[in-house]
Amino acid sequence: MLEIALKGSKRYYGWIAFLLVLIAIGSMAYANQILHGLKVTGMSRDVSWGFYISQFTYLVGLAASGVMIVLPNYFHSYKSNKHMVIFGEFMAIAACIMCLLFIVVDIGQPTRMMNMIFHPTPNSILFWDMIVLNGYLFLNLLVGWTCLQADRANLPHPKWLKPFIYTSIIWAFSIHTVTAFLYQGLPGRHYWLTAILAARFLASAFCSGPAILLLVMMVTEKFTTFKMPKKALTTLVKIIAYAMCVNMFFFALEVFTAFYSNMPGHMHPLVYLFAGVHGHHELVGLMWTFIAFAAVSITLLVTPKFRNNMKLLPWTLGILVIATWIDKGLGLLIGGFNPTPFNTITPYWPSGNELLVSMMIYAIGALVVTVLFKIATGVKQEMGQSQAMACGCSTEDTCECTAECGCKE
Amino acid sequence: MKNNRRSFIKLAGIAAAGLALAPKAMASGGGAAPVKVNATAIHAAHWAMVVDTTKLNTAEGIEKLAHVCHAIHNVPTIPNKQNEKWLWGAPYDEAFPEQENPHLSESVHTREYPLLCNHCVNPPCVRVCPTKATYQRPDGIVAMDYHRCIGCRYCMAGCPYGSRSFNWGEPRDYLDLKKLNAEYPTRMRGVVEKCNFCVERLAIGKLPACVEASEGALIFGDLNDPDSDVRKVLRERFTIRRKPTAGTEPSVYYII
Repeated sequence: MLEIALKGSKRYYGWIAFLLVLIAIGSMAYANQILHGLKVTGMSRDVSWGFYISQFTYLVGLAASGVMIVLPNYFHSYKSNKHMVIFGEFMAIAACIMCLLFIVVDIGQPTRMMNMIFHPTPNSILFWDMIVLNGYLFLNLLVGWTCLQADRANLPHPKWLKPFIYTSIIWAFSIHTVTAFLYQGLPGRHYWLTAILAARFLASAFCSGPAILLLVMMVTEKFTTFKMPKKALTTLVKIIAYAMCVNMFFFALEVFTAFYSNMPGHMHPLVYLFAGVHGHHELVGLMWTFIAFAAVSITLLVTPKFRNNMKLLPWTLGILVIATWIDKGLGLLIGGFNPTPFNTITPYWPSGNELLVSMMIYAIGALVVTVLFKIATGVKQEMGQSQAMACGCSTEDTCECTAECGCKE
Repeated sequence: MKNNRRSFIKLAGIAAAGLALAPKAMASGGGAAPVKVNATAIHAAHWAMVVDTTKLNTAEGIEKLAHVCHAIHNVPTIPNKQNEKWLWGAPYDEAFPEQENPHLSESVHTREYPLLCNHCVNPPCVRVCPTKATYQRPDGIVAMDYHRCIGCRYCMAGCPYGSRSFNWGEPRDYLDLKKLNAEYPTRMRGVVEKCNFCVERLAIGKLPACVEASEGALIFGDLNDPDSDVRKVLRERFTIRRKPTAGTEPSVYYII
């Protein structure tokens, strides 16, 4: 099927060339980091993990999110999702690759990476994270590719694949649980030391991940003949709405526990993030942006009129992605390291070099998504599945294409 | 023997099996040199330290010990927040943030407290390390293999005491190469390091360098021996440890 990715328009090749340029620029920054060490980052003795690890954490959520399409399809026979499944799986592949790359660029001695396998250490959660991430990458490659190939040959999905599919659904939950365990088992980091962290990670994954996927799918629709079935789309938006509410509910639980108990260790990180302490207010503006954006996105998502407004939806999802990214891609990490074990504040901000390396990895992820989505939409086009109709509906929509279904305004 | 394809395949199979087994057989033959303990080495069931902060409590006094420690371990002095330290001083509220009280006696409040790796009985850094580069020795010392460390810095997130430093850049850039201690390695960039209770000195019968230079303010000995110096002091004086709620059971005690 790879040949589909080779046949494309000028615009397709232009986009790939653009991504390759970004990757080249970023790899020069990475070469600089290899030459001089991690001192080219903004990290420090006190904030010893930074942008890389927080992006890794955020993207594990994206990897896990495909399951919100896959699970209804296989566990509930919600067949409206049938033609969306492949995109969830392919997005997970790109996300897993980005996660692994973010870990690789973060370690001080990448040439010794294999020590994790030569000296396997099951008491380290990082060991398990390596296993679940690589395992999830493998499962999605296997399941996604095999199913798409069967689809293309007009054959039913092979029976032997079933156990792998069911495993991958359970596995999706494990990747984010294990990633939360990386954080929540550390005795000295109060912001992370909470039993609800894994649940909160999953909740935020199941809103932010599908939101990113939908945004990418909307772009995909612009450049291909693929059209998401309306039922699949609206169901996914409802899932996003619920997950975001649960995410913010879990966050509120954290706030209640910290402030009603009045435990200093639990309160300090929240106070630093949202009000500032010891004259440090670096993140206050961003954290309140998170709260404001979360409130706006929830309002827009729970109100049917706004939720079903397809013109507004990309904005709603964008706001949600920004809110969850500030929370999990920035605040979570910095709040874990500040206040430091000495109850002091060491500000952190990523350096230009750090951001360029991160750009490289995001560009690699975009490249993987582009190629895989090109293949998937190519196959769907060949088979005439879930294609855009002139009226704006998808061929999978069983509507009458009248004013009621929204295709005519 | 008839030379046919079948016998060739048989022979090739046996040869391949031999190749696969040979390294294992060699290894079981005792390829590694036997470990020979130095006759002068000092041993303990569990090493521990007591810091008498009534004697050692000024920034200068601690700085002097830190200098000794950093000089013999080739720890660079880096003038920014990517710094490295094995032994350093901090005021009470930074050293014991959970045990602060607004009406502490003035002397306790104004003292400077020496901080170092606590060599915990339950070290979170050892628990989280994915390569066993940080490990606990049978004598309780939490040691490091700088050659196995991949620089993931999980141990730094895990340590509740901020005792660990990372070589963000080339440490030799900040060392006086003429004054290097040739008896202890410098580190390479990209690995974590911390106080090692001077394992290299214990191995040749010397006490840790800071203890030796402390003029009796640091007491070092076997926690499991009721007659040791540390146990004697712990019996007589009131001591506290850093962050007792973390459940790490530090092996460094502070006389207040």
